[in-house]
Amino acid sequence: MSQSGPETTAAIESSADEVVPEAIRGRSPRELALIRFRRDKGSMISLGVVLLFLFVAVISPVLTKLKVFKPYTTNFPLLDIENGAIPKGNWGGISWAHPLGLTPGTGTDVLSRLMLGMTYSITIALLSAVLTVALGTALGIIAGTSGGWIDAIIGRIIDMTLSFPQTLMLLSLSSTLTVTLEQMGVPKGNFARGTYLILVLAVFGWPSFARIVRGQVLSLREREFVEAAHVFGASRWRIYFKEMLPNLWAPILVYFTLTMPAYVSAEAALSFLGVGVKTPTPTLGNTLSDSVNYYGSDLVYFFVPAVVLAAVVVSFNLLGDGLRDALDPKADR
Amino acid sequence: MSEQVQPKVLEVEHLTMHFPVKSTGLLRRVIGHVQAVDDVSFSVKRGDALGLVGESGCGKSTTGRMVSRLLKPTSGEIRFEGTDIANFGHKQLQPLRRDIQMIFQDPYGSLNPRQTVGAIVATPMEIHKTIPEKQIKARVQELLEFVGLNPEHYNRYPHEFSGGQRQRIGIARSLALQPKVLVADEPVSALDVSIQAQVINLLQDVQKEFDIAFLFIAHDLAVVRHFCPEVAVMYLGKIVEMGDRDSLYGAPLHPYTQALISAAPDVRQAAVGGRRERIRLEGDVPSPINPPSGCRFRTRCSLAKDICAKVEPPLLQVGPKHKVACHFAGELGNAPSKPITTGLLGVDDSGNAVAGATATRDLVTPDYKDTWVDLKSMR
Repeated sequence: MSQSGPETTAAIESSADEVVPEAIRGRSPRELALIRFRRDKGSMISLGVVLLFLFVAVISPVLTKLKVFKPYTTNFPLLDIENGAIPKGNWGGISWAHPLGLTPGTGTDVLSRLMLGMTYSITIALLSAVLTVALGTALGIIAGTSGGWIDAIIGRIIDMTLSFPQTLMLLSLSSTLTVTLEQMGVPKGNFARGTYLILVLAVFGWPSFARIVRGQVLSLREREFVEAAHVFGASRWRIYFKEMLPNLWAPILVYFTLTMPAYVSAEAALSFLGVGVKTPTPTLGNTLSDSVNYYGSDLVYFFVPAVVLAAVVVSFNLLGDGLRDALDPKADR
Repeated sequence: MSEQVQPKVLEVEHLTMHFPVKSTGLLRRVIGHVQAVDDVSFSVKRGDALGLVGESGCGKSTTGRMVSRLLKPTSGEIRFEGTDIANFGHKQLQPLRRDIQMIFQDPYGSLNPRQTVGAIVATPMEIHKTIPEKQIKARVQELLEFVGLNPEHYNRYPHEFSGGQRQRIGIARSLALQPKVLVADEPVSALDVSIQAQVINLLQDVQKEFDIAFLFIAHDLAVVRHFCPEVAVMYLGKIVEMGDRDSLYGAPLHPYTQALISAAPDVRQAAVGGRRERIRLEGDVPSPINPPSGCRFRTRCSLAKDICAKVEPPLLQVGPKHKVACHFAGELGNAPSKPITTGLLGVDDSGNAVAGATATRDLVTPDYKDTWVDLKSMR
């Protein structure tokens, strides 16, 4: 065991507890990780920022419904129609009514579009990350525990998926598969396009995680506590879920928090290539890809979505890093 | 200590484990076998302890794993209270899991780091539902107290304990179902010497209290001598010598046992001063994939002659409680010049079959007989 700071403190505190036997209570590895996490300022700050973004993502649709926000309302009078429909005034039309300026061309409010865009982007990233991790965990555990030909088949599927040119497939199949989804009963338009995006990200995302889980399971399987469970006559179910799964939470959690930002930026990249949710529904990706057109004429509009997207990605990444350090203190930074 | 009246709980006969070695590539043909354990027979009486010693890779752990049925033997019998469990499936084994338990070597690896000590010790009782759920906690605390831990610690996690304490937790868990046979796979090898003594004493208390038969696997001769009235020495998957403590340690007859015992440090010798003659074995242990013909020890044996390469020596009973598998069995420096086994095996001195002579059958049994081959009369 590593004798890092928190554990030593835990040992000291609990030996102090021994004077009063009633108070003895061990700290679980999870509690210790939480203590380590809380000590790290960077992790706590990134957690705060992530929670803020999540909060924004939750309240934005509500605010839109309540008409506090008007992300779809155009404001043509505020645009300089003669001069390429650039917002009037300095700094991209920043004013009290529109704190981050206006969208050139349509005159919609940038702040409200970005906030609502966060809802859609984070929903897409979250759902794909959940699917990725669920698929990866399930198939990784199956491959790792059963071994033999099942392992071989899953391994080859993983190899094939990873070697597949996924961006190309995303682009070329997006229209046909979106139509297929619509025929299968998914609501038309952006909903189907978003579903397609989620499915594709998950289908191409699970293999790398399945590999990680399989590796973990292979090493867990040989640990003596799993053999001990066999000697007690534990069922397969019990060994998978009670003995192994608790030991897999750390990689699952870390992978999840690191996949989220990757999927947020993947959504942006795919929007740029024309796949995914289309305007007028805002996402961080399609706002960004729209803003690129104005890099010469409206610098504020060009920078704001990029900065927001970068902030989301960086905060999620830092949170994942902090979690990894807290859950696995033995790993080097 | 162990009277004849005690019934045999565990009898192992001709136990063999050959792990297939597969080729790489798609077909994965079987290209050989690791003969980890080959034709091993022994028995353990109730409340008794048999020590299995030998160097790394000699198959002692594999034997333990077969007895606890973590592994399914290639062939042979494992009789628990008369029932052969060697070929039992998962379902059939389930009720027997209560009676045969195991203590593991690594106190850091054998406890799930994500479970509390209480949950770990309670697991076997939950699986087998031996006692009502409400009583489990009380029973866990009782067990923890018995193994010398604070019963209030049931809510703690394994990482909060030292190696010795963890091994005690492992022992408490193995006792939860009140087994009749305990396979202890190097239970003290991973511990400090000072802690080893405590754990060994605890195991002796356990044995007395619950009348458990121990199969005690270790590589430390001193520990085995202290704990086991009976000892079997393994080399390359075979038992080469087996006997009660006094005859095996006092008058080892197999050259390998003699080498092992001479290699172990002896406190008494150190007190007297001077050095004891060490027998140095030349070379390495041969590969178990392709073991030497005849006697497996012959490649490193100073006594080896032609017959050793041709005929495998049977594990012959040579005393009331002493068996040895060697053609030239004899006390150190006093080995016979002619093989002692020729008459029984029907071969001449260089190992060739004698026309008309037949080998005596059933030379190897799991237990000791009332009659034996007297070495002195053979010379």
